[in-house]
Amino acid sequence: MAQVQLKNVVKKYGAVGVVHAINLDIAEGEFVVLVGPSGCGKSTTLRMVAGLEDVTGGEIVIGDRVVNDLPPRERNLAMVFQNYALYPHMTVRENLGFSLKIAKKSQAEIDKSVDEAANILSLTPLLDRKPGALSGGQRQRVAMGRAIVRHPEVFLFDEPLSNLDAKLRTQMRVEIKKLHQRVGSTVIYVTHDQIEAMTLADRIVIMRDGHIVQVGTPLQVFENPVNTFVATFIGSPPMNLLDGVVQGGQVVLVDGTAIPLPPGVPVADGRRVQFGIRADNIMPEGHALPPTAHMDFVDMAVTLTEPLGTETLLYATLSGTEVQAKMLNPRPVFPGERMRFGIALDKCHIFDADTGLSLRG
Amino acid sequence: MATASQHRIKKRVLKTAHFIGLFLAMALICVPGLWVVLNSFRPTIEIMAKPPVWIPQDLNLDHYRAMFGGAGEGGVPVLTYFRNSLIVSITSTVIALLVGMAGGYAFARYNFKAKGVLFVALMASRAVPGVALSLPLFIIFARTGIIDTHFGLILVYVAMNVPFTIWLIDGFFRQVPKELAEAAEIDGCTRWQAFWRVEFPVARAGIASAGIFAFLTSWNEYALASQLTRSTTSKTMPVGLLDFTSQFTLNWGGMCALAVLMIIPALVLTFLVQKHLIAGLTFGGVKG
Repeated sequence: MAQVQLKNVVKKYGAVGVVHAINLDIAEGEFVVLVGPSGCGKSTTLRMVAGLEDVTGGEIVIGDRVVNDLPPRERNLAMVFQNYALYPHMTVRENLGFSLKIAKKSQAEIDKSVDEAANILSLTPLLDRKPGALSGGQRQRVAMGRAIVRHPEVFLFDEPLSNLDAKLRTQMRVEIKKLHQRVGSTVIYVTHDQIEAMTLADRIVIMRDGHIVQVGTPLQVFENPVNTFVATFIGSPPMNLLDGVVQGGQVVLVDGTAIPLPPGVPVADGRRVQFGIRADNIMPEGHALPPTAHMDFVDMAVTLTEPLGTETLLYATLSGTEVQAKMLNPRPVFPGERMRFGIALDKCHIFDADTGLSLRG
Repeated sequence: MATASQHRIKKRVLKTAHFIGLFLAMALICVPGLWVVLNSFRPTIEIMAKPPVWIPQDLNLDHYRAMFGGAGEGGVPVLTYFRNSLIVSITSTVIALLVGMAGGYAFARYNFKAKGVLFVALMASRAVPGVALSLPLFIIFARTGIIDTHFGLILVYVAMNVPFTIWLIDGFFRQVPKELAEAAEIDGCTRWQAFWRVEFPVARAGIASAGIFAFLTSWNEYALASQLTRSTTSKTMPVGLLDFTSQFTLNWGGMCALAVLMIIPALVLTFLVQKHLIAGLTFGGVKG
């Protein structure tokens, strides 16, 4: 186990900057997820930690060593690749034991470690097969097994689940979390899937265009997004954003609808803002939004419904913008039906219309 | 029901036509080769007969006996030619493969200045017909004193084969995902170990096929070898065939016998390496 520190880490390809002076401290045993849209520099950052990409500037520290100029093999880490990168000419057993063989461990030692890893990941019956004869999920487990036999200080995962189907992905997500609880190593995990990020992470690092936008626990980034990018990226469905202008303690939307400012968010009159509401905080009356002191109501016509069983997602239009709302304990709703929606104001967000930054404390 | 049986009949007819077509194509390809083998066992009268004798009447080993016999009885130094061919072909193939692996790997994995131009230039060098180079090569080799030596011929064949092996091996290394080498490096390999323990074995089928092609090119090459070799000590088998021509006669039977001896090693090699040619090794390790 080791802590990992990134200090002003920069990556450039020629004149093109990909990662711009990012700083990040990862504690021992912490599970950190780097998340962001493709091209945000998250994979490059991971590959720099792994030693597969040169660092253009700044320092990467693993444990107490600056590793900038160390080759991957001297960094004592393990990596699971998006395409698994299993050695196709070796059996599962050889794949798992490869790193130990390279390290010149005795055969007995190798066998012991391989059997142990195979046991943890239920790979024992597959040990003599080659990767070509395995299913996607099995390959994924072999890739993880190959990482754990080495007892590395840091685990790196590069979008390990993106090649699996939805069901298997959920299953493997749980396995990865269990694995982390079991071995307790530091984990850096890269994904573009915000659900994976939310469910796995101790801390989420949201990146965009080579910058870190926000770092926090899953709940922190969900409840207090620093800007509209995080607000719409984290959480499903994405947060609804409505354009408006602040006037007398209210946000006046484009069509004239006025919604009171969330409590404790003082904004000067005349400022152009975006009013943010998550679907969970705007619900049709009578469908399970607990009444609070800070409620407001709007009338909207439903345009589309997506029944999900325990809840139904309602699409409606407010002030010319499509808004998604949740309906708990659903009843059938037909397009065109006008309903009265309650808004939980204390859960709402105000963002500056120009900078996109949150104006909440 | 009628349509189902019609469909079945149609399928059968198509399949038969397919086989007949394949048979004809194979026959066209194989007949010259078989004719050579057949002629090596037939007396000259039968070979020269007009109209041709299709069904052999009298098979014997006379041509082989004569070929291995003394100089006066139409013998040629077969074993020396064979040895020369082996030395030249194997050495040039090994060198062309080593250079091809290094070059192919570099083209597949690294970015460097003028990469595209260099690659096209390499390929363009293949476009020059070998015979066109025979006179300049002859002059240079004569001046530097490497004419009529194994070394000279090996040099020429390496130059001929390298662009081809680079091109072929580059293609095979491109199919090997670079994550394999990265995974190996993280697993504790040096760059060098990662290549030899992971990338090379995975691409070995492709490298083997490049090897076969290079070997066969050198083994069968005639035009340049006939210019650059003179004496028994360096002549290769294709050049040796010319020993059967004299001012007024052509010993077709003897030529065919030597040709059969040439074909055998090439066939054996192809069969040995054939199983490596069946690719599929690359797939499976990574999600395709």
